[in-house]
Amino acid sequence: MDELIQVDHLSVVFRNGGRMVKAVDDVSFEVQHGETFGIVGESGSGKSTILKAIVGLVKPENPSLLIDSKPLGNERTKSDRKMMQFVFQDPYGSLHPRQTIDDILREPLLIHGSQNIDDQVREALLSVGLELIHRFRYPHQLSGGQRQRVAIARALMLKPRILLLDEPTSALDVSIQAEILNLLVRLRENYGFTGILVSHDLGVVAHLCSQIAIMQHGRLVEIVTSEALRSGVVTTEYTRELLVASRGYSR
Amino acid sequence: MTTDTLLEVENLDVNFTGHHGVTRAVRGVSFALGRERLGIVGESGSGKSTTGRAILGLIPDPGIVSARRMSFQGQNLVGLSDGEWQKMRGSRMSMVMQDPKFSLNPIMKVGEQILEAYRLHFRTSQMDARRRAIAMLEAVRIRDPEQVYQRYPHQLSGGMGQRVMIAMMLVAEPDLLIADEPTSALDVTVQNQVLRILDDLVTDRGMGLIFISHNLPIVSSFCDRVLVMYGGKVVEECLAGDLAEAKHPYTQALLRAIPSLVHPKEKLSVVSRDPEWMN
Repeated sequence: MDELIQVDHLSVVFRNGGRMVKAVDDVSFEVQHGETFGIVGESGSGKSTILKAIVGLVKPENPSLLIDSKPLGNERTKSDRKMMQFVFQDPYGSLHPRQTIDDILREPLLIHGSQNIDDQVREALLSVGLELIHRFRYPHQLSGGQRQRVAIARALMLKPRILLLDEPTSALDVSIQAEILNLLVRLRENYGFTGILVSHDLGVVAHLCSQIAIMQHGRLVEIVTSEALRSGVVTTEYTRELLVASRGYSR
Repeated sequence: MTTDTLLEVENLDVNFTGHHGVTRAVRGVSFALGRERLGIVGESGSGKSTTGRAILGLIPDPGIVSARRMSFQGQNLVGLSDGEWQKMRGSRMSMVMQDPKFSLNPIMKVGEQILEAYRLHFRTSQMDARRRAIAMLEAVRIRDPEQVYQRYPHQLSGGMGQRVMIAMMLVAEPDLLIADEPTSALDVTVQNQVLRILDDLVTDRGMGLIFISHNLPIVSSFCDRVLVMYGGKVVEECLAGDLAEAKHPYTQALLRAIPSLVHPKEKLSVVSRDPEWMN
């Protein structure tokens, strides 16, 4: 088959003292090569936890993740990590404040022992629409949109096959969001990565993704195509609610 | 609307003097507010939050606020003393901030924070204030208010924190509420519920609401009127329902930059900025 990522009955449980929270409850889906798969849901619905489970930041209850039909181990190996990279929501929190953009972009290459690091850093800067003058600046000297470009550049330094995007534009103004979304579309064409995009904005998800999973309280409610979402052909009440809410305020 | 005008602002300027000269955050903003929902939209840095803060006298040093006229229910707001502002804020006008994480006291139970706000303005027993705080939590649709009352801010989700904030600001029943991105941290379905709470307060209690947001679909569907700000100035004022037919190129560009669910396009238009807009 052509699927790169298989999530097969994934459950994640957080235990806090005597309390148990089922953050992800028996979720299954597949992501094809080159596809960008969307996950929509409210805060606490478990959408980010799925991404964290894939990169190994949280442990699933049972082995339930497959890449290229091969199960991922309990710990991510160095080559696993090279294969999958993460872009976080908050461009203010995800970049080291005391490192220059050059340090930030260089680090993944150093860890993985790449050659021609200087050239790659320069190329990466330009590929995300930044300029060489930004190279030796610190994150606080850049705007939010520019920082998110740095975060995206860092994630792409190792030419990962899988790019996990956790609300990459929700901290940005719409005009900047448009620039970042256009950038992601262009980079997807150039690099051909497979992506999972988590967002609460149906417009954003439908813009980038063909298939969209709707999550609620840790469970996957349904998987719809973006066309179905556009024409309102959805099967569950909850998805319908999300659609109504996305149009703005209604009494 | 003359008799019903709550707030009048004429030629409001807010300047900050820094190492690199003067930053003119708000430049000549004028508007009047009745018992209605007025939206202020714009991007970060457009001066929308600063306008809201200036109305409440919350511009910190070295910021300088000047206005030809700024009055609330006939009372002049220009040059109020700290004590006079104290009487004004909370009971007569109030503000819901953007981020509950930084606006709630981290070492105080949220219920007690609401109770404290209530008792600051109403002389009442502890028991009564507690009942009132719990009723307020219920009013902002918190499922288990008794239990949430006992929690600390870090034990709340973003959406819950925001609702607690709204409960705290509304418990003293102000006539004017300035809500700065009150629903940005909330999920879309909860967003609608919170907007409905605000809506009810405007229609039932005749509260005036200034709704500051960067979310154009919400503002156009929720508010009565909209001011669009750019570079500290109001570049457009229109009825909220007419926002789609906005005249100013900046407003038009912002509207086009939104990825639409219904009308998809390959490439989103980006906003190219005309220096003319700053003049």
